[in-house]
Amino acid sequence: MAVAEDRRRISIRLVILQVGAVLCFAALAISFWFLQIIQTGRYEEMAENNHQRTLALRAPRGVLFDRHGKVLVENRHSFTISILREHTKDIGRTIQLLSAVAGLDARQVKQIVDRHRGEPSYRPIVIVEDASLAQVAAITARRLDFELPDVVVEEVPTRQYPAAALAGHLFGYVGEANDTQVGDGVSSGQIVGQSGIEKVYNKLLMGEDGARRVVVNSTGREIRTLDEVAPKEGRRVQLTVDYDLQKAAEDGFRNAGFNGAALIMDPRNGDVLTMVSLPSYDPNDFAAGIDRTTWNSLNTDKLRPLQNRVIQGRYSPGSVFKIVVATAAMEEGLVTPDHQIYCGGGATFYGRYFRCHLQGGHGNVDMRHALEKSCNVYFYTLGNMLGVDKIHKWAVNLGLHGKTGIDLPNEQESLVPSTEWKRRRTGEKWYAGETISVAIGQGQVSVTPASLANMITTVANGGTRVTPRVVKAVDDGTGWKEVPPAVVASTIAFRPTTLAALHDGLWLAVNGGGTAGRARLAGRDVAGKTGTAQVISNQGRERARGSDQDLRDHGWFVFFAPKDNPEIAGVIYAEHGEHGYLGAPIAKHVIETYFAKKEGKPLPTLAPPAPARPERDPDSPPAIPLSAPPQASAGMPVNGTIQ
Amino acid sequence: MFERRLYHHVDWAMVAAILALCGIGLAQIYSATGGWTRIFETQVYGIVLGVIALLVCLSIDYRTLADKSHFIYIGILALLLYVLLFGVVRGGSRRWIDLGLFNLQPSEFAKAVVALVLAKLFGESRRGAMTRVDLLIGGALTAVPLLIIARQPDLGTAVTLLPVLFAIAFVAGMPMRIFGILALVGVLVAPIAWKFALQDYQKERISTFLDPEQDARGAGYQQIQARITVGSGGLWGKGFTKGTQGQLRFLPVAHNDFIFSVLAEEQGFAGVLVTLGLYLFVILRALEASRLAKDRLGAYLVLGVLASFTFQVIYNITMSAGLAPVKGLTLPLMSYGGSSMIATMAAFGLILNVRMRRFTN
Repeated sequence: MAVAEDRRRISIRLVILQVGAVLCFAALAISFWFLQIIQTGRYEEMAENNHQRTLALRAPRGVLFDRHGKVLVENRHSFTISILREHTKDIGRTIQLLSAVAGLDARQVKQIVDRHRGEPSYRPIVIVEDASLAQVAAITARRLDFELPDVVVEEVPTRQYPAAALAGHLFGYVGEANDTQVGDGVSSGQIVGQSGIEKVYNKLLMGEDGARRVVVNSTGREIRTLDEVAPKEGRRVQLTVDYDLQKAAEDGFRNAGFNGAALIMDPRNGDVLTMVSLPSYDPNDFAAGIDRTTWNSLNTDKLRPLQNRVIQGRYSPGSVFKIVVATAAMEEGLVTPDHQIYCGGGATFYGRYFRCHLQGGHGNVDMRHALEKSCNVYFYTLGNMLGVDKIHKWAVNLGLHGKTGIDLPNEQESLVPSTEWKRRRTGEKWYAGETISVAIGQGQVSVTPASLANMITTVANGGTRVTPRVVKAVDDGTGWKEVPPAVVASTIAFRPTTLAALHDGLWLAVNGGGTAGRARLAGRDVAGKTGTAQVISNQGRERARGSDQDLRDHGWFVFFAPKDNPEIAGVIYAEHGEHGYLGAPIAKHVIETYFAKKEGKPLPTLAPPAPARPERDPDSPPAIPLSAPPQASAGMPVNGTIQ
Repeated sequence: MFERRLYHHVDWAMVAAILALCGIGLAQIYSATGGWTRIFETQVYGIVLGVIALLVCLSIDYRTLADKSHFIYIGILALLLYVLLFGVVRGGSRRWIDLGLFNLQPSEFAKAVVALVLAKLFGESRRGAMTRVDLLIGGALTAVPLLIIARQPDLGTAVTLLPVLFAIAFVAGMPMRIFGILALVGVLVAPIAWKFALQDYQKERISTFLDPEQDARGAGYQQIQARITVGSGGLWGKGFTKGTQGQLRFLPVAHNDFIFSVLAEEQGFAGVLVTLGLYLFVILRALEASRLAKDRLGAYLVLGVLASFTFQVIYNITMSAGLAPVKGLTLPLMSYGGSSMIATMAAFGLILNVRMRRFTN
């Protein structure tokens, strides 16, 4: 009985096991069906993300040419070393090993990684920009050994600017896009222009990054390339700048030994031929990511190398402003060019005595000679006749007030005061006595070199205010297109008599017995006007004595050439140059270079600077006696304060 | 010893299915390891040695083996103890005896030995129904090697001994309420085991299984990658040697524990069904052998051997799909591993043995 019963029980239980096995396998089959059929799309995508990596290929930025087609800014190849954390198991080990191999400070590397920790892991964290070939070789070897599979070496195009920081402020610099710049075609981590032309024309210059899709294994090692979208280079851009003139101007400053600014234009269309702001930064320092030390020193430097003085520095124009007063007085019909005023070394207005720089006076002077000799009394008188609002009106007409509209970022507004301005600013009315200081470019007048260049250009071409521009044309792939077109801001045809008197007076200042003889150039009929701007009032100078501040005056020189049908005009600002006439040789060198180039002659070279000769400076503010021995100013009324 | 007529009673269909599975495994090892490598060669040798082991186990009458089972049992215990004391350490555990040419893993053989000794115990019991004494002895016979293996530590292999006991005891007529009691005890003991018995890495594996995303780079990584590997295979798979997950090493030990994932990726759901079908066929065929067995000894022996095989197949395939905690359990017949291959083939030698001798006296 036992055997039969045994058999039956075994059979039943074996059937149970059979059914159990079938059910188990059915469950397995259903599970696989679920994963492989129902959810396969999702897992396919995950598998793809696993083994495919898209690497951005940085587009080279557009090449910048000068007005004659000379390459100014191009791209060179550099190597960046990055960590790609996608498949990193132990980031600490990677940092240690990378630091050891590339000779870096592990702590700094860790800091960089920490800064980017929040970013998606497929985005490489750049550790070294512009790596040396030795670093690249060392890392590539380790990558092949599977030791540093998560470290990527990429060849990227990097901006290359001319040597010696030439036109640094004009080009500006590039850097990684910050949070506010992201969007509108710019993604985080991309290189964008942060200043100068690089910033204003960033959209044109940036190009389009490409991408390369590669297959990687679980350690992040690239196995092969799947496909590649080549990057599109940025648009080629032609500047209005002339390389030789730019170099001539910067050589001129170096030769003269001071910092400052220059903006030299073609008065016929506003083309900026030269733009200098010194001291400058070297845009090359930024091209591959600027290091903290350099950045800090640029930021804390008292000389403010990051400031583009041409459009961001505001200074008192001094005697250069007399051109505005002269234009206003003649165009308003208050005086004719032959109008004579007696200068006895000073004059009293509203109960205060204002002095001329020439003790004993210029005697009887007309408009031409007043400009030539820069006679203060003549312009005090005209200013008093005009009143501040007419002066303001003509400053606006000449482009000296407000912004010039140049195609560069962060331009500051120039200021020539008016009664309206003062009322708005301080709530007080304008006192007529204040106009006297304004008439010789002091008091509240505060202008940028760019606006002075605008002014002298307008005077040079007879009343047409053209907006300065630095970009001449853009190659959109089908050839050069003029962008943006020359803009005429306003046109006021001067009376011929006004123009003749202005041009003659300014010509005399250079070629007669005037203040700007150092700009004289045989056969070129250079016209110009010097000026000196006080850095600090004479009282302030007394107080600040002994401090390490540089209190020497700034020098100005505005010019155009030739006198009739001018082709070149501009401004030289000599920071702490003390005398306006010291800027004249720089202008002379640029003008000489301009004509030599135009006529195909060898370009002039600059003689080493002559030892400084003491020279009487008629543009010096008339208040010098204050710091002179007391008896010289004894009994004289204090003249208008100058700020 | 090997009579000619026995030849006709060999279950050739099962042999064919077994060899097919070995072939599929070999192909996937070839794919996962990147061609004709030493690993591939070793597996070929493993299969050859396995066939020899199968023939050896087939040729000796299982009753003769059962008569000597106590010697074999003591022998395997000695080997396990030797391993525990002098074995080769790899990955933190002692499982292997260095034989020069290859490393032998005695715990793989312990399964068949336990099946043999339990089959003998229950099959030759004089009493018709199973007694509690039988059950206790059976439990003890299972527990000794189980504990030794667990000490290596190799909890995975140790646990595969339990199905041997349960399957034989079940068919031998163990009352169902004892299963109930055991289940209850298991539930009660689990929290205590969690606290005291499990190693940290084991706890981690279980907790990551419950939520793989919590440690996507570490322990949960394999599980997530396993699911991606299987899921991305789709219906027809990515093609032989074309799988990205296995080929690019996103899945660890693809030729070993995760061989089935690689198969699922490259051959798709279709390949999975074929392979599952082959395994199921082998299992059902073995159950048939158990039913046909001439005596209880044979039936229980087949069942015991089959139980650990089936358990391991189901567990490994579930894990391959990322649906079970990652455990170092190989897939019998397909995974890379000499000892496992030889032991599994030997076990099937015993199953074929029982079926072949169903008419002999």
